[in-house]
Amino acid sequence: MVVSAAALQTGLVRSRPFPGGTVVAVVAGAVLLVIVALAIAPGLFVQVDPLAADPTRTLQPPGDGHPLGTDQLGRDVWARVVHGAQASLLLGVGAVLVSLTGGIVIGVVAGLSRGAADRVLSRGLDILFAFPDLLIAIVLVALLGVSLPTLLIAIGIGAIPGYARILRSQVQLVRSAGYVEAARGIGVPGILVAVRHIVPNAIGPLLVLATIGVGTAIISASALSFVGLGAQPPTPEWGLMLSESRNYLGLAPWLGIWPGVFLAVTVIAINVVGRRLQRRFVSGAAR
Amino acid sequence: MTTHALPAAADLEVRRAPAARHRFVAVGRTLVRRLVDIAVVLFASATLVFVMLQLMPGEPEDVLLRGIFEITPAVRAEVIQDYGLDRPVLLQYGQYLLGILQGDLGASYQIRKPVTEIIAANIGNTAALAGAGLALAIAMATLIALVSAGRGALASLVTQAVELLAISVPSFWIGLLLLTAFSFAIPIFPSSGADGPLALVLPAVTLAIPLTGVLSQILRERMDEALDLPFVTTVRTRGAGEFRVRVRHVLRHAVLPALTFSGAVLGSLLIGTAVIETLFARPGLGRVLLNAVIAGDIPLIMGVIVFGAVLFVVINSLVDVLATAVDPRLRIEAGVS
Repeated sequence: MVVSAAALQTGLVRSRPFPGGTVVAVVAGAVLLVIVALAIAPGLFVQVDPLAADPTRTLQPPGDGHPLGTDQLGRDVWARVVHGAQASLLLGVGAVLVSLTGGIVIGVVAGLSRGAADRVLSRGLDILFAFPDLLIAIVLVALLGVSLPTLLIAIGIGAIPGYARILRSQVQLVRSAGYVEAARGIGVPGILVAVRHIVPNAIGPLLVLATIGVGTAIISASALSFVGLGAQPPTPEWGLMLSESRNYLGLAPWLGIWPGVFLAVTVIAINVVGRRLQRRFVSGAAR
Repeated sequence: MTTHALPAAADLEVRRAPAARHRFVAVGRTLVRRLVDIAVVLFASATLVFVMLQLMPGEPEDVLLRGIFEITPAVRAEVIQDYGLDRPVLLQYGQYLLGILQGDLGASYQIRKPVTEIIAANIGNTAALAGAGLALAIAMATLIALVSAGRGALASLVTQAVELLAISVPSFWIGLLLLTAFSFAIPIFPSSGADGPLALVLPAVTLAIPLTGVLSQILRERMDEALDLPFVTTVRTRGAGEFRVRVRHVLRHAVLPALTFSGAVLGSLLIGTAVIETLFARPGLGRVLLNAVIAGDIPLIMGVIVFGAVLFVVINSLVDVLATAVDPRLRIEAGVS
């Protein structure tokens, strides 16, 4: 579920080049653009209100004015699926911004500290990193209450240890570089050295992983919505829609298909683009 | 313990090191280090969860008073007294820690039973699901890796595509599709519950698919590397067939990272199964945790999380100790070489 980014972060999985990779990445990028367009301006693609219920037309199969059918309340599935892109993308990108912010602060501090402080910080990060992101997110949701902003923050914080660990090791590689020593030597203050010289040179791999992190965060968000800890009815959100479809699988199997297709296509597209970026900018430098 | 500036991937990387003789010393050191970890995690998780849940909005007795029609101040005071919620926070914390050491995690507000009893009643179902899912994933991943490693560009491309799908597609949706197909359209498997082995099939397959994706990637990468090493040529010149080369010699190179990953996954599965348990309406620990979170049942949330955290570290430590015992190269990390 959330294993892909974790596996990539631990270096257990290395992506390798294959013929036609660029074409695949361009296609994935185009798909992503369409999803982003759905999220920004769903009104361009569908005029029907995703919340408009019609008790006389519940669980209608696809066709006849409803290209993907209607749900248990007679709402148009196509409209709900299109509007669902917004919640997923906002949650995915927002959560990654939270993780990046936390990861950069903690990672730089851990990377620059030495001796006992470094040992405590890195061991703590190791232990926290080992815990499943989803568990940390569930605890935070328990603490902060169930809502979409909570979910965003919870998922973002859950992933911080992973980001912080990567940046820590990058900072350790960079901090003894010649230009850093030079900056120190001519008397540039420590904070300025960190912000102007160390972070920009250490952050590359983190930004690339953040791309894949968006996909992971989208899956986490939809999974938590699926179990009732995220989006609440009647929000059009893919995970919640799949959860609601659970009770009608025998009667209306189409309800369980389309939100999943959109979810899967979005995450696949993000992963393909992310891996391409990783191959381009990270592997070459690291190996 | 020494500090080293190794990259993040170092933990799981294959290292070159001189052959070590003192196997027991190395295993012992790893064991001690891990026991310290377990104690730290037990204490830290208990403390962290306690502090966080103290910060939770709302009064804890509100959950206890749910379902009571007339909440008079007298009733409220009685409940507060019964559950010791009027004691100083530090005292509550001390008693909680003391309780954990004696194997007592308190009593659930909602279900009104000892937390340990609830955990004991549910752990079996979750363990069965996690065990079956992981076993299935290991079997499928080994098979895929054995067949596809070192087979040229096309095989690599196909397996990479399948693996990408397996890790990108949310597993609960795969489960939902399986449920639609094999429980509703063609009613072979039950759509809910945990009675009998049939009820285990769909949840275990659902759990295994993303794990297979990652595991087979790990195995295949290592096997690809190992197939180019000189010892493979040596084995081949001794007349070993392709099957023997792969199963007896090359696969061994890939086992260790796969073992580490499996351990990490198994530890986290006990919580990670929550989504799948919800989907298949299957009783288990994950669902207990979710319901506790939704109901605001503080002792139960704390109990399950502390239990899960400790279990997680224990399993990972076992894997770590096992790996040190199995792989001579890891002994150098334990400080014996």
